[in-house]
Amino acid sequence: MSTATTQPRRTFGQRIEAMPRWVKVAAMVLLALFFYALPVLEPPFISTKGSDFGAVMFSVATYALVALGLNIVVGYAGLLDLGYVGFYAIGAYTVGVLTSEHAHWPFLLVVPIAVVAAMVSGIILGAPTLRVRGDYLAIVTLGFGEIIRLVANNTPWLGEAAGINQIGRPPNVTLFDVPHLDWSTGSPLVDLNDKTTFLKFGISDQIPYYWLALTVVIIVLFADRLIKDSRVGRAWEATREDEDAAELMGVPTFKFKLLAFAMGAFVGGLSGALYASKAAFINPESFVLILSILFVAAVVVGGQGNRWGVIVGAALVAYLPERFRGFEEWRILVFGLALMLLATFRPEGLIPPRRTVRARQMEQEIEALEEGEEL
Amino acid sequence: MNDIVLDVANLTMKFGGLTALDDISFTIKEGEILGLIGPNGAGKTTCFNAITGVYPATSGQILFQGKSIEGAKKYQITKRGIARTFQSIRLFKTMTALENVLVGADANSRTGIISAVLRLPRQRREETAAHERAMQLLRFMGLERKANELAANLSYGDQRRLEIARAMATGPKLLCLDEPAAGFNPAEKQKLMALIRKVRDEGYTVLLIEHDMKLVMGVTDRIVVLEFGRKIAEGAPAEIRDNPAVIAAYLGVDEEDAS
Amino acid sequence: MDFDFLFRNFADLTITGLALGSVYALVALGYTMVYGVLQLINFAHSEVFMYGTMAAAFAVIALGGAATTSTGAAIGMLLVALVAAMLVSGGVALLVERFAYRPLLNRNAPKLVALISAIGMSFFLAEAMGLRDKITAWFGLDDNLEPYVGRARNVVPLPDVVDPVGVFDIGGYTVTSIDLLVIGGALVMMVGVDQFIRRSRLGRGIRSVAQDPESAALMGVNSTRVVQLTFLIGGLMAGAAAFLYILRIGATRYDVGFILGVKAFTAAVLGGIGNLRGALAGGLILGVAENWGSAVFGTQWKDVVAFVLLVLILMFRPTGLLGEALGKARA
Repeated sequence: MSTATTQPRRTFGQRIEAMPRWVKVAAMVLLALFFYALPVLEPPFISTKGSDFGAVMFSVATYALVALGLNIVVGYAGLLDLGYVGFYAIGAYTVGVLTSEHAHWPFLLVVPIAVVAAMVSGIILGAPTLRVRGDYLAIVTLGFGEIIRLVANNTPWLGEAAGINQIGRPPNVTLFDVPHLDWSTGSPLVDLNDKTTFLKFGISDQIPYYWLALTVVIIVLFADRLIKDSRVGRAWEATREDEDAAELMGVPTFKFKLLAFAMGAFVGGLSGALYASKAAFINPESFVLILSILFVAAVVVGGQGNRWGVIVGAALVAYLPERFRGFEEWRILVFGLALMLLATFRPEGLIPPRRTVRARQMEQEIEALEEGEEL
Repeated sequence: MNDIVLDVANLTMKFGGLTALDDISFTIKEGEILGLIGPNGAGKTTCFNAITGVYPATSGQILFQGKSIEGAKKYQITKRGIARTFQSIRLFKTMTALENVLVGADANSRTGIISAVLRLPRQRREETAAHERAMQLLRFMGLERKANELAANLSYGDQRRLEIARAMATGPKLLCLDEPAAGFNPAEKQKLMALIRKVRDEGYTVLLIEHDMKLVMGVTDRIVVLEFGRKIAEGAPAEIRDNPAVIAAYLGVDEEDAS
Repeated sequence: MDFDFLFRNFADLTITGLALGSVYALVALGYTMVYGVLQLINFAHSEVFMYGTMAAAFAVIALGGAATTSTGAAIGMLLVALVAAMLVSGGVALLVERFAYRPLLNRNAPKLVALISAIGMSFFLAEAMGLRDKITAWFGLDDNLEPYVGRARNVVPLPDVVDPVGVFDIGGYTVTSIDLLVIGGALVMMVGVDQFIRRSRLGRGIRSVAQDPESAALMGVNSTRVVQLTFLIGGLMAGAAAFLYILRIGATRYDVGFILGVKAFTAAVLGGIGNLRGALAGGLILGVAENWGSAVFGTQWKDVVAFVLLVLILMFRPTGLLGEALGKARA
């Protein structure tokens, strides 16, 4: 009785892994160039009719940044944070306060301050709460996020409900103009009337902001890869897998959990700072709880633990409502349902980390073997 | 070469009304293989937990290389030089065999997040050293070809050996093995005995919990016997084998009838 | 900080705080029971409550309640509203159990996955209510349902069928019939549930599963049924709370669930999660603390009181005041 041993079919991810290095680098560069050019290319099927495509792309980029940051906390370290909007808000409000409300410092100087403020708040929140059990941590962080919003709402010094406007912008460097493509005749034509100035951070044209955000996303992606591929990333994974065993293997788990929180807060604050500048106006309503849930949805739906997966999740959460106008209203309903369905049928998300895929593959092969024998 | 590595003195562990360990005292000398045996529920794993800092002792002292471990956190005790394996395997399932061992090797790493992002020279040195040590240990355990397999996908025997490799990667002075032969067939047990002797020859001191008498008698230098949280015997394997109290504890008969 | 205001209105603040706290306590029961049996935070319980408020409001609207309704008819309508609220909340609770939790528990999914599923269902349910006008329009049903689904995001008021009647004075505050109904009703319900859990066979089943699910199964306790029953009781109590809430506040909206849910959860944790009496204690304490806090710091800080209390308890005393578990209640 022979059981034919079949080679496991390689997944898409595995086939990509196997390609030679120069191919991967070239592909990455091309992909990056494509994304930089995207809002200028205005491809017919992808670009959003109802709203400014550049603004939508910026929104996608900020969500992607948030998703990467939250992925460190939830996906790598395994800490469920339902109040991530708090760090986002702290980054935004720091920029608001220091460039508009109480001072007029230059934007680029304020960004590092905003990021540090968010990081410090992450450490202050994490130090007492990370000793708390997993599901309790979720609720504590949720409470924290709401406290931040309510404090902003009730504090005159932070603008109260009216918020802060005329928030500072990055310095303008007027170099050249990039014309957009116009597809209205069915084929691409260069439209010299529709131009984006490189680099002018104005109100009407959001594309330079998008380019800035995209650059930040790429830098964070690099840093993420470097960190994950080191003892820090290993410590996070071990802590997530089995905290007690990790500690007995010499991992100072509490310190690393706090570090994950701080890193997540860093990225969240950075994203909030960018958002504040682009929006030019923020108020407490910009930081409601539902944002935290959408952030978590992006990470969970996309594939927690996989930096590409969470970017896809972020794109879904930010892009779909804009592309399909009228979907905007149904966004929360749909994502609520998506979370439920995913939790039941595919808790690892759309694009899970490779090891989850391999573990699943192995499980399925073993099941297949067992069933084969029973027959 | 005969320094005392571990000195357990009057160790008592109480959990609420239950006394799991009652006034236990024993020492382990450098380079020894000490066996810790006793019927189920005798307190052997509780002893391990006390030594590795999982539970604080109710009273008594545990001195490791002359210094008390009281108040030290689990990871600090590991860094000082005590490592362990677990009765039920606790590998990091979604990580590969190599990564599991690397986590152990990382115990000695001083790299932080800044070094990692900037790939400073120290980080690169430590990473290379950790990889070398990890591969060396995997070779020692015969697992080098499975280095990139997920720990969850390894065979049972490989998983047990991987756990030992991971513990060894932390660079311990004292290696505590909790029933490493559980679930092994006789041939595998023979190989494990040879492996434990090799581990000791590499310079480690070993504290071993085991139920298989042949293995314990064959590989240990000395044995400590626990029953209901108390030490009832201590000595060389030959002495323990013929000790009526020990026989009685395992067989549950009166001492007089046992010999 | 205005302590003067607190002292001058002490009786008012305290009694209305107790009334509010009674509502929290009833909703907290649901959280504490599910946590006691499953060690899960039922994030969707807030929507169980909200649907109850809607059911109560719709019932009175459907029966034609208005300011002109006679007292006798009004009482009848309110009874119908109470029953409607309890049935609807109980039903939604069972749906939550069936669709958000059971499939995951059957797969032994990790707790965080179950929490995410519950979060998803919570937002799905709330948005469904907030979009009910669009949903019924999609099915072409909106003609007859206008009073119920019109402008779904707006506040739904309870028709003014009863006027609160002053019953007696205490410390300068006139305690109304509604105050008494809310506090008294909640107490009666809580005692009822407490007795049920302690004395009845089904209650023993719940306690045994809370304490040790495996042994309970070995003793022939059907844990699926027990879980369903736990959700159902929590739902019924939330429905009662929903009725009392809308009677007291006078209106509801599709998103009242979240804030009230967080406060009820805070009450459950404050009293000791898994502990029924803790839910009562926690609820009453929270209701009063909120009122006193808003008197001293200003009403805009009212919600912050609850969140800050929540964060502090979870950080420093997660076992709560009465710190026992559901399974340990003595027969």
